[in-house]
Amino acid sequence: MKKNLLSFLALFLFVCSLYGQEKPTAFINAKIIPIVGQPIEQGVLIVQNGKITAVGDARTVRLSSDVVQIDVSGKIIMPGLVDSHSHIGEPAGADGSAPIQPDVRILDSVNPRASSIQRAQAGGITTVNVMPGSGHLDSGQTLYLKLRDDANTIDDLLIYDKDGKYMGGIKFANGTNPMRGSGGFPGTRAKSAALVREQFIKAREYREKIQKAGKDQSKLPPRDLAMEMLGEVLDGKRVVHFHTHRHDDIMTALRLQKEFGFRLVLHHVSEGWKVADEIAKANVPASVIMIDSPGGKLEAVDVRYETAAILDKAGVLVGFHTDDYITDSRLFMRSAALAVRAGMTRDKALYGLTMANAKILDLDKRVGSLEVGKDADFIVLSGDPLSVYTHVLQTWVEGRKVFDRTDPKDYLIAVGGAGATNDKLIHISCFDDDFGGQK
Amino acid sequence: MKRIFSAKTQKRKDAKVELFKLRNYAIKIFKISAPLRLCAFAFISLFAFATVQAQIAVKGETVWTMAGEPITNGIVLIKDGKIEAVGAASQIQIPSNYKIISAKVVTPGLIDAHSVIGLAGYLNQPQDQMQIETSSSMQPELRAIDAYNAEEKLIEWVRSFGVTTIHTGHAPGALISGQTMIAKTFGKEVEDVTIIPTAMIAATLGESALESGGKSPGTRAKQVSMLRAALIKAQESIRAADNDKNKNQNTKNSGGNKNSPANLNDSNPGAKNPNSVLKTPPTPAYQSSPGQQNQNESNPSSDLRSDMMQKVIRREIPLMITAQRAQDIMNALRLAKEFNIKIVLDGAAESYMILDQIKASGFPVIIHPTMFRAGGETENLSMETASKLKAAGIPFALQSGLENYVPKTRVVLYEAGIAAANGLSRRDALAAITIDAAKIIGLDKRIGSLEKNKDADIAMYDGDPFEYTTHCVGTIINGKVVSEIVR
Repeated sequence: MKKNLLSFLALFLFVCSLYGQEKPTAFINAKIIPIVGQPIEQGVLIVQNGKITAVGDARTVRLSSDVVQIDVSGKIIMPGLVDSHSHIGEPAGADGSAPIQPDVRILDSVNPRASSIQRAQAGGITTVNVMPGSGHLDSGQTLYLKLRDDANTIDDLLIYDKDGKYMGGIKFANGTNPMRGSGGFPGTRAKSAALVREQFIKAREYREKIQKAGKDQSKLPPRDLAMEMLGEVLDGKRVVHFHTHRHDDIMTALRLQKEFGFRLVLHHVSEGWKVADEIAKANVPASVIMIDSPGGKLEAVDVRYETAAILDKAGVLVGFHTDDYITDSRLFMRSAALAVRAGMTRDKALYGLTMANAKILDLDKRVGSLEVGKDADFIVLSGDPLSVYTHVLQTWVEGRKVFDRTDPKDYLIAVGGAGATNDKLIHISCFDDDFGGQK
Repeated sequence: MKRIFSAKTQKRKDAKVELFKLRNYAIKIFKISAPLRLCAFAFISLFAFATVQAQIAVKGETVWTMAGEPITNGIVLIKDGKIEAVGAASQIQIPSNYKIISAKVVTPGLIDAHSVIGLAGYLNQPQDQMQIETSSSMQPELRAIDAYNAEEKLIEWVRSFGVTTIHTGHAPGALISGQTMIAKTFGKEVEDVTIIPTAMIAATLGESALESGGKSPGTRAKQVSMLRAALIKAQESIRAADNDKNKNQNTKNSGGNKNSPANLNDSNPGAKNPNSVLKTPPTPAYQSSPGQQNQNESNPSSDLRSDMMQKVIRREIPLMITAQRAQDIMNALRLAKEFNIKIVLDGAAESYMILDQIKASGFPVIIHPTMFRAGGETENLSMETASKLKAAGIPFALQSGLENYVPKTRVVLYEAGIAAANGLSRRDALAAITIDAAKIIGLDKRIGSLEKNKDADIAMYDGDPFEYTTHCVGTIINGKVVSEIVR
């Protein structure tokens, strides 16, 4: 009997939590950095059912009588961070059989319980583009995820578009990483470009066959997962996330974009500062990586802290990314701060952690800023987001707290220590809190 | 919010961008090879970092001397490469012929207690990776000075953040990978920059130093067994030599390399004062030619490997043992006890699990970089380890460590900043990359703090050195301004 009751209670609480808070919750007295709009010194943020219902000055926002108030005096609230390029969840996309594998989905590879996902939550990241690696010209489809808590399967993290399809892009790369020179992989840069062009031309032909067939099923070409996917790319339904470092490789990516008309985001862009005007002219956004020192590979020898500032001044939409594990998701804000160190404005740097990446992922209507109607994805900080001494205190995704630095288990994830890198044990019961993360 | 750049600074940055563009243009035109490109860069750099020879007065709104409380509105006078005086502006008269340099925050030049730069080049190609040689798992005879490239780009890079001294050399990853050295970060040749040519011998215990395919060591137990065998052989060689000497009534001391930090006032390794194992007399700069260097060697035999192990047995040179797991750290301590040798613990990701044992041993720890990636044998590392060692009273320093990919090196300034954000006081974090690091590498009489007669190695910042948005605005080594890049 008792067991049944407990099970019922557990289920009840679980269902409750799934539907978020029925009552509105107001976070009061924090400094709010909404990203879109001016910072609010004495702010109020109201969330309900996973959405933002109000954001503004404490003197103007009226609190209804049923609102639950949470005092966050002295703290800073800003939107949850959006990471446009990460490898959390231990993903592995294409295998070594071919250099171009658009058919491979990273969906089938991400471990939703990985500690790296928890570390991203601890770093204030709420939305992320999980990508396969850069050892292929095309290593497969990427996945846009919301870092909701207690994901039991990958489905619990997906983001769906208005047509009900889970969202993601496709990963391309040029430069040295895919140049393996054997097993069908290119040995030179020109060969790299030729192989990609060849596939896009095939995809064009495949698409034409489908268009010609019209409603006549008998004339349809046999299904080809790779061609179907590149067709989506040609149709502009799927963004190409292009790993590219050197200035000439960046220009090659732009040249391919011009030839085939796909939607393009440049990633890493170590030498983007050399071709900033060209990138701006192509109207292509850039996702920049901030690395402590130059080198480590030939195409990163001219990487510079100033890249983000130079691209921004040239008029390029600039986001940042962790490339986790290359940089640690827990220190994502550091990337923006180092860009400020090298001349970027504060506003643009914070924009690069949030709205710019939301735009890059086609999610700017839903995340990236604190605006009414958007998802209640936000973080509570102990201080200035650009200070080394600032910690993420809380991370909220769609109105649910997914990280709390005062929780010992979450604290362990935030600073590291014994067992911090263990995969998460998922539990169903909401009150069974001692069994959640660690052994 | 304060403005980050002055107009002048921005102008300088713009000029630098132009310089890069120009260089890139030249590369495009002439399609010169990579080595030539490096030469071209170095050539341009010579003009960019023209050294200042005048006597200098450094004024700081805050001067962290690391020998007492920080001084508000302080002055450091520099004469002939040494610190002439340090004090408050009210107490120090600046001679009229001194060039005055002002900065918001002044600290001692930073010391990276363990790096591999100079050996591990920034290109990360086989031809510039000299930090590890894989033909044998134990090669203590490999000298770092024979592989050190004083003009490597990463040295210039860390110098621009205020790093003036590095303990660098053969990397972790082999049971004994070779020797380490200590150098200043400015100069053209190894002879110009080296302070201590053989500082420590780099050993590694644990997973990263295991061999595969039937080669030894294939297990942890084999690692310790091989080290014990090598040390026992060294003991026996010493005994045999002593016997011979007694027979010949030769009373001459077998001597040793007096330039090593292992020339410590040793007593026993379990000494109550943890600093007792760290003290060393100041050592003269290594300026000698290889021929002169030989005078300091203890009549080297043809068995270079055994010679080095004998120096370890004689407590002339410490083993720096990289060990991440608690069990590997314990193996290191057991080994040190058995042979009464000096060791320095390195990496030590799980050191917080065995604080009592480390404390009792008296040995110092050079902790892994605070931002080091957790995984494998470092899966349990913590950003709070530095603060835990501090609380336990264990001497420690921070390091940039070994990076095999991107970034190719870390910057100790950043690593100390993250430690300061995770439980360590700002002062202790700064000490971990200045005076405390100097103690562990045996050079605290000469560098690590701003005190009279010490080397004039100084770093200057336009704010709290640890803040991401602060810039290093200048670096001075031996009284010369060696970096004026605002970074």
